[in-house]
Order: sequence, then C-alpha cells, then structure tokens
Amino acid sequence: MTAHTKGSGLKWVGRAIRRLEDPALVRGHGRFTHDMPAAYWVRFVRSPVAAGTIKSLERPDGGMVFTAADLKGVKPILPMLHKFGYKPIGQPVLADGVVRFVGEPIAAVAAASAGEAEDIADEIVLEIAETKPVIDARDALKPGAAQIHAQVPGNVILDGRFKSDGFDAAWNGAYRVVKLDARSRRQNATPIEARGGHAAYDRLTGRVALICTTQMPHLTRTAICDLLGFPESDLRVIAPDVGGGFGQKMSLAAEYVVLVWLARRLKSSVAWIEDRRENLIAAFHARDQYIALEGAFDQDARLIALKADVVANVGAYSCFPTTCGVEPLMAMAEIPGPYDVRHYQCHARGVLTNTCTMAPYRGVSRPVITFALERLMDKAARAFGIDPVETRRRNLVAKFPYKTAVGLEYDEASYKQTLDLAVKKIDLPAFRKRQREARANGRYLGIGFSTFCERTGYGSPAFAARGMEITPGWETVIVSVDPSGFVEARIGSSPHGQGLRTTLAQIIADELGIPPEMIKVVHGDTDRAPYGWGTFASRSLVIAGGATLIAARKIRAKLIKMASTMLEAAEVDIVLENGEAKVAGTDRAVSIGKMARAAYTQTHKFGAIEPGISETAHYDPPGTFSNACHVAIVDVDIETGKVTVERFLVAEDAGKIINPMIADGQVHGGVAQGIGNALFEEIVYDEQGAPLTATLADYLPPTAHEIPPIELHHLETPSPNSITKAKGLGEGGAIGAPAAIINAINDALSSFEAEIDEIPATPQRIRAALRTRGKAA
Amino acid sequence: MSAKIDITLTINGRAHPISVEPRRTLADAIREDCGQTGTHIGCEHGVCGACTVLVDNEPVRSCLMFAVQAAGKEIRTVEGLADGDKLHPVQQAFMDHHGLQCGFCTPGFLMLAVGVLEREPDISDADLLDVLASNLCRCTGYQNIIKAVRAAAAQMRGR
Amino acid sequence: MKPAPFVRHVPKTVDEAVTILGEVAGQDGRVLAGGQSLVPIMAFRLAKPAHLVDINEIAELDHIASDGKTLSIGARVRHAAFHKAVVAGPLGALLAQVARHIAHYPIRMRGTFCGSIAHADPASEWCLAAATLDATVVARSTRGERQIAAKDFFAGIMTTALAEDELLTHVRIPIPPQDTRFGFNEFNRRAGDFAMAASLAAYRVQNGKIADARVGVGGAEPFPRRLAEAEAALNGHVPGDKAFRAAAEAAAQAVEAMEDHQTTAEYRRDLVRAVVRRALEQAAS
Repeated sequence: MTAHTKGSGLKWVGRAIRRLEDPALVRGHGRFTHDMPAAYWVRFVRSPVAAGTIKSLERPDGGMVFTAADLKGVKPILPMLHKFGYKPIGQPVLADGVVRFVGEPIAAVAAASAGEAEDIADEIVLEIAETKPVIDARDALKPGAAQIHAQVPGNVILDGRFKSDGFDAAWNGAYRVVKLDARSRRQNATPIEARGGHAAYDRLTGRVALICTTQMPHLTRTAICDLLGFPESDLRVIAPDVGGGFGQKMSLAAEYVVLVWLARRLKSSVAWIEDRRENLIAAFHARDQYIALEGAFDQDARLIALKADVVANVGAYSCFPTTCGVEPLMAMAEIPGPYDVRHYQCHARGVLTNTCTMAPYRGVSRPVITFALERLMDKAARAFGIDPVETRRRNLVAKFPYKTAVGLEYDEASYKQTLDLAVKKIDLPAFRKRQREARANGRYLGIGFSTFCERTGYGSPAFAARGMEITPGWETVIVSVDPSGFVEARIGSSPHGQGLRTTLAQIIADELGIPPEMIKVVHGDTDRAPYGWGTFASRSLVIAGGATLIAARKIRAKLIKMASTMLEAAEVDIVLENGEAKVAGTDRAVSIGKMARAAYTQTHKFGAIEPGISETAHYDPPGTFSNACHVAIVDVDIETGKVTVERFLVAEDAGKIINPMIADGQVHGGVAQGIGNALFEEIVYDEQGAPLTATLADYLPPTAHEIPPIELHHLETPSPNSITKAKGLGEGGAIGAPAAIINAINDALSSFEAEIDEIPATPQRIRAALRTRGKAA
Repeated sequence: MSAKIDITLTINGRAHPISVEPRRTLADAIREDCGQTGTHIGCEHGVCGACTVLVDNEPVRSCLMFAVQAAGKEIRTVEGLADGDKLHPVQQAFMDHHGLQCGFCTPGFLMLAVGVLEREPDISDADLLDVLASNLCRCTGYQNIIKAVRAAAAQMRGR
Repeated sequence: MKPAPFVRHVPKTVDEAVTILGEVAGQDGRVLAGGQSLVPIMAFRLAKPAHLVDINEIAELDHIASDGKTLSIGARVRHAAFHKAVVAGPLGALLAQVARHIAHYPIRMRGTFCGSIAHADPASEWCLAAATLDATVVARSTRGERQIAAKDFFAGIMTTALAEDELLTHVRIPIPPQDTRFGFNEFNRRAGDFAMAASLAAYRVQNGKIADARVGVGGAEPFPRRLAEAEAALNGHVPGDKAFRAAAEAAAQAVEAMEDHQTTAEYRRDLVRAVVRRALEQAAS
C-alpha cells in the first residue's frame, strides 16, 4: 500500500493511492438515489403473465393510478440500428394493450409512501386474456411459433451474416473439424443497489431534476425529452452515488420516463425504488445464447477456419441505446478472439421471446463467446492429443498490429506472454502431479485455461460499424483552475464505483504538478458536466482519461506561458511541481494559486493570453484491445456435482496502469462475477414464462465463501491507440473467468469422458453429464 | 394503512421520537423516519445484508425487524462508527485495502465486521470468512473486504 | 416489497399470548418470533397476516434447560444461543455444529429454534434435528397444553400439526447416551443457503457393532424424517465404509424425492446418498 505523499517529484500515475471517493462512503455519507425524500412514492403494477392482451384494469377508489391511456402523446422507446436487417420495435413506457413478459410495467401508482402505493397496487384488478408465450429462442425460431411483435414475423429481429473470402476452400482443406454446441443461460447483473429514480418538478423554473441510478446521464436526458417532447434544457439528470451497474444501469429504464412525466403532471416530487423482485424479473437480463462453433484445424492443430452460429434470446423488447443487436453483433465481430484465424463464417441472430429484455452486462457477449471458443480450443487439444496450452500457443496472434478476419485491428499486446506467464505462475507440471495423486484418492481436480482479448475504449467508428444510430464513442472533459487555485475536472463520463475521481485526478496531478487532493472530478450531473456518454464498455479511463490528459496538457501549457510572463523566464525553463511553477535550477517560483488568481483578476498583465484558466478537450480513440490469460483450478465433487474453485490466477495486460490498487479491484470484481456466471447464476423461467428466480435465495450471486483468493499478474504493453497508453479493464475479469472454470471442470471430468458445455455448470448439470455421457460415476 | 405508534429509536446514542406503522421495517425507519441514510437497502428479504446494523450490539438485518421491535434498544449504524475525524479501524482498513468500490454494500459489511469483532475479537480467519459470507458485494469479489477485516481485527486486538 | 399492514400485539406472558392468539387466530393472526422467515414472506406479500402476536417480550420463553434426560428449548431462544454447547456431551456439540449451518450469522442472531420448527421448511436443520432425535413439541392454547411427537408434528411443506390458535412454547429433545456418536452433513449451492439435502446420523457402538442407529434426512422430502431402511442397514453391522454405503444407498432409495425446475428426483437421491454417507463418516471419525 502506497500512502499519499505530497509532491516530491514522484509521478502520481502508476501509484496505488487511496481513493478520493472513500471517506464519504465509509462514513455512510454517500448520497444514493434512495436517500432522497419525495412527496409521492411510485409502485408499478406489472404484468403477471408472459403474453396476453389487457382486457380491463379496475382502479380502487381514491388511488392515483396512471396507465398508458393517461400517457397519450408519450412516444414509445424506439432504439434504432441501420444494419443487419434490424426491424425497429417500439416499447410503450407503460404496456399499451399488449403485455410481452412477466414484469412489464402496466400502471403506475402514486401514494404518500412506498407501502401505501403497494397497498393500492394490490387492490387493482387486472384482467388479461393470456396467449401462448414463447420463452426459449430456439422455440421462437420454429415455424408457427407465437409472434412477439407483429412487425417481426418469425421473431428474428436481427440477422447478421459474415463470410470471409475463400472460406469454403479453406474449410474443405481442413485436416480435422472440431465441433461444439455451447449454451449460456440467462443472467442478471444484480447490482446490490437496484435501479431507482427520483423526479422533482421545480415550480420556479418549470424544470425537472431526475436523480437516477444511471450509467449514462446525458443520454437519459436526451431520450426522455425525445419521448416526452420537451426541451432538454428543462430536464436535469443527476447520477448521484450509484451502487454498481455492470451495464444494467446503462440502458434506459421505461420507469424513468414515467417518473419524469409524473413529476410534470403532479408538479411535485416522485420516487420509485426498484425492489429486488422487480430487479430480478424486470431489470435487464443478459447472456441467453446458443452458440454452435466448428473449428477447422490443419494437421498441426492450427485453426484455419472457424464457423459460428449464434442465437441470442433478446427478450421482449430492444434496449436503448445499444439495441438488442449488442449481444449477437458483438459475438459475430469478436468470436475469433485472440487467435490467428484467417477464415471465418458467422450467422448471428437476435430472437424475440416473451422474456425480460436483454441489455449489456459486463463483457456483453464476450464471456459467452470466450467460453465457447475456449471450449473449442480444449476440445481440439483433446482431439489432437496435445496439451490445451499448446493449442493456444500455436494459434495466438503474435504480431501486431493485426487485422482480424472481420477487419478489427488489434493493437500492440501480449497474448502469448500472458499465457506463458500464467503457465509459469500456476506451475502446471506440479499441478498435473497433484491431480494424478488426487485421482488415485477419489478426488477430481481440474485445471482450465482461458486466453482472450477484448476490445475496450470503443470510439465512435466502432459503434458506427455496427450501424448504430447512436454511437457513444467520444468524451469531453473541461478542466479549470478556479481563482482559488483548486482544479475542477468536469467529465461527461459517469462512474459508479470505478474510482474515476481518483484515477483522473492522478492524471491531472502529474501534468500540473499538484497533489490529487486539490483536484475535484465532477460527474453525473447534466447541469454541471459537459455532454458525454457515461461509463460502460471498459471505456472511461481510456476515453475520459484521454480527454482529461489532453485538457490537462492544455492547462499546463497555459500555466507555463503565464509563469513565463510572471517569472520573466523562457517557457522552456519553467517546470510545474509541488504546486508551483518555477524556473528550473533557481529559487524563482510562483504558486499555482497565485497564478490562478492572477488569471482572473490581473489579466492586464498577460497580454494576448486569454483570461481565466479553463480548457476543453475531446477524445475519440479507435479502440484498443486488452488481453489476459485466466487459469482456474477446481475440485469437482463427483458424487454431488459441486464445484469448489481452489485457485484462480489472472495474467493480464491492460496497457499502462494508472492506479494498481483500483486496477486489481476491477479484475477481482470481474472474476467473481465470472465465477458466478460459470457456476451459480441463472435466471429461470417456467414454460409459461413465469420467472422462478425472483429472490436472492433463488438467483445466486456468489458470497465470500465461493470466491477463492484471486492471484493477479500484470504486464503493461502501452497502447499506441490510447493517449494515456492505458487500455480498459473493467470487463476482462468477467470475460475470462467462465471459460477457465468450465475448462477446469471438464479437465476434472476427463477420466469419466463426460463433458459439459453449458453455463452455469450447476451441480445438477454436472451430475447429469456424468450420468448420460460419462463412463461411470 | 394501520394506526401509527409512537416510539423512540435510539440510534448512535441519539433519541429519535418517531411515529410509525407496525409494518415499518427497522431499515425503513432508520432511513426515512430518522434520516440516517447510511444504512442501505438491497433486497428487503434478508439475503444481501446491506441493511445490517447493530441492535444491542448484535449484527442483525434491519429489513427483517420491525421498527417497533427496536424501541428501547441501542441501535448502531455506520454513521456512528467514526469518532469525530477519526475513523473506526474497520472503516480505515476498508479505505487502506480498497475494500469498497461503489460503496453501497459497505455500511452493511462495516457493521457486520464491527459487530462480530467486538463480540469475538479472537475469531479465526476461517470463522471470519464464514461470517463475511453473510453479506453480498458485487464489486470487489470480496478479496479486499476479507483483507481489510482481517487487518482491522489484528489492529483491534492490538489495542 | 413492503409488508401489508397488520396489528401488532405484544404479550408479556404465555397466558396473555395464547389468549390473544385465541382471539386473532381466526382473523389471520400469526406468531412473530425471530421473523427471519416470516418477514421475508410478508415482504413479498406471500403472507398478509392481519395480526401479529410478537412473542419477543415474553421473558419466560427465553429458557434453555436440561434435567439430564431432556433438553428443553423455549420459543425465544435464538439460533446463536447454540454457537456454544448448551448442554454437556454429544448433544451440545452436535447442536453447535448444526447451528453453524443455519443461514448466516446475523440471521442466527434473531431467528429462533422453535420458530424454525413451527415454520417447518423442508430444508430446516432444526426440523431435521427434531425429527432425528425424536423431539417433542409443546404447544399451548386457551384450550390447554399438548405434546406432539416430532414424527406426528411435521405434516408437509411448511405444514405442521400446530393449530392456528396454538403457540409453540418449547421443544424437548431427549438427551442421548453419552457414547452416542453424531454426524451432520448438508448440501447447498452456496454457504448459508437452504439445504438441498441434509442428513443427521447418530449411533452407538456395542460389541463392535452399530446400535441405536438414527438416520434422519431433510431437504429431500416435504419434511424431514428418520429413515428406518437406512437405520436397519446399520444396526448390528460393523461401523465402516461398507455399512455406511449400504445405509446411504438404502436412504437414497427410501426417500420420495422432491423435484423442482432444476432438481430431478434422481439427482436428489444422489445428494441423499452423499449426505447420509458423509454424516455417518463424520460420526465415525
């Protein structure tokens, strides 16, 4: 642990300084959405059935109940994509006649307390004519399947195809084809703070302030004003302290639109705090996919061609802003992963069903495609009779920049080096020995590797390539030194636990020669921060960090120019350190505070230099690829199917690390979610579309008991595509872990010839695999 | 609605005379009636532990107690941990070891840890892990929470 | 997820409690003890009792006492009371071990032994202990007191022989002989979760052979019970792997395994086989 040090010429970037966010949070002085008092509390009446037509809704006497009929003129949420045969579908913010999944909001009840609103909601008599739902994506593809939206016959809302030139010839020349049918079950990001919003109408200005648990405050403002039809200047959106999001709080919640409408209608304050049941059934879901993969290998186990078929269950509606294309299209673009495979064919479909809408969740498709591809590499190893490490070594991309079969450009990275580092640190030969000894005693240990690369810091062109109407790629940062001498950085990005106030302050501190404590990073308030996109897709440090660095450099240049005037020295001789500008090699210095004051109050001294100290910068990078190798060692209880993760190791490379403590924390959290995805977490519906996992006793995020100590090793390959040299690392932990775990389980099961290609690999499924496919157990 | 009952909740030594329905959970009363919003609500069915507070020095889920049941008892919440500017060793350890990210589960973990370490200062590492498995965190993967609480335990034993 | 309104009653004595319960039982009145199972159900509004008889202020229900033959556990005794042995000998040690498997530490601070028995979750560790050890449930109402043997008490999933106006005042567990060996094992997905199968096993060794075997299984059927088939596979046999496997297999075959959306009967039997054998191995060690 590195303690704070003041000045001293040491760089702040690269040091594990304590977070500036923490003192308030550990005292319980954070400010979360739920902490706001409100005049009205809102309860949403939600569809109890997966499919049907609303026949009637009987309101109890005296209750304030609002339905779609009251919201006439409010437009439906209509996300848009201009490619891959996407068929736009609208989502009314309250169901308008038709319900399409259990949990869809039908009516909003407002009362003096949450309890009373729930009492009234309970008394509402709802009559719905049920129709036959479709729950599973493959069922939805069958001829004659119920149609979720009239404008999407066959339920395929998006149909992407890719085939590289010369694919067939390459495929036909294969020495061996290895096949895999992978299934990823549906998951929920499950932030410990569920979603919530608080909308307050201001009678003085006629504006509404919406405080909500969003990862994208500005776009939330744009979207709501579009739907309700009033100027953006009349809506202020604030993301206060946000209790985790992991993607779930990125997409627009229909409930927020209703809250703003209600605040304007009631000319008052209204709040809705999502309860855990609502979160589990009606906040966004993710990762419900079937992936069929076939790999064509040459006789040296080199992958020469890869064929993929992706069926993503996108639920009942399309999420805003990414659209439901986000999972299938990311899968299509990124399935080839870190491997040098020149021929690739993919068919990726987004399929509508009567289930909760899909939206991005940490890693989006990559935990699933990495799981599928890494299973394929392990199966190939077995087919060729070589070690799984060897199949990877022979196929990993080694020369950069590298253009993939679909045209993505991988920047400088360390795919082989991280694998080698992981293999060395885990001590593979020692493990194999221990594994043999354990087997002799009836214990089944397994080791699993997962190598992957992930696009982070997507710039606008990456989103544009998908045909997205909204391409949230760039960020703006305004850095100002105010007359007090303190620095404020206003950022469009909107962190929720990632420690960006600290890491961005570290970047500025180095440029300006001041300690991070003097720098306040302001975010999450559309009245205070410049328009920006938010925190998602492992982008904030790369993009907001890049814009911050550019703005800070402009400030630095200005301070040096001013100091040159004030100290009567050449600009090249000025250095900024310890809160001062000084003439190198002399004791002539002026404090930043003094310069700041002068910049506003003594402008006549500076000639052509503009008044004040405030600089704006934008950054829109091409994107950069992080990479890692994860290794899991598991112990499978053959009698019960229970998996214990004994050891988990990560060798990762996210370019330059700004704060190692925060970086480690991001990887830890991602890996824990990945272990949850691999072993525990699954949203289950019955055949009628009723959710069976509506409590945290049924949906199972891991506890401290299920997560082993996670061992981290870092390589730092500076990215040429990122001005800070940093790559993103918010999602990597979650991306690599499921594949490593599932490969380890399969390694443990290898003596039974049983295989499992499904996540989560529950004890039930492992026992079933042993029973149906295995030799004996 | 049912009739409200006048009670006094004593939170961090301060008396809060309030009027609540019997159905009001202790968590809601602490937050909404007494304005102490440091205690968070994550699931309202006793699984996540974000609402953990100390009642007569026992760590309990405040979503599973009714406020009326806590009248006359000593309630301690995260706001009462620090002594002025000086943080409680567990708070300090969470900062030093990066035991928090979004900070939403943190008050529950802090109260759980303080509660158990006060009751069982010599608790073994294995037993401490069992106790920490009571609460859910979605950000940290628990790695640094465990480190922080172990470090705080050592420090509290040393005092 | 806010509970529906209710009227709270706070009796100070058992007499007062049963009088109130007698009055409100017909109006959807329920007993509130630790609340760790009832309050979540109320939060989901799966239960909307109009009256709650809160027994937390009845001091006389706080007792836990042994007369050498029977351990008596009052209705206000929390799970955490068992963290340390409440009675000398194998029973105290066993109860301490079992208590650690009940949910989580803060839940154990509030939840009560008798509340678990009255709630009768199929996976309840205390229900399994009560069934395996042939405990007696003592219930009071204005009509008087009655004693119900555990095997007659549990009737189905969260269903018991308790009448709606009856207060479960205490549970009596016969104290087994000092040479009784115990083992407990449960299977769950995560630490602290409800058991998908659990077994409590006890036996004595006489002349090198197993005697007085008790094999209880919980979490696999609507309520826990002793499995005579498994006990028969033990009594008179030499303790060891062969007998334990036979008993485990007998138990697996004997249970009418509950199924749910993810758990087939066959898998549940796998778990029963594993937990019974492991409980027996622990008893032997």
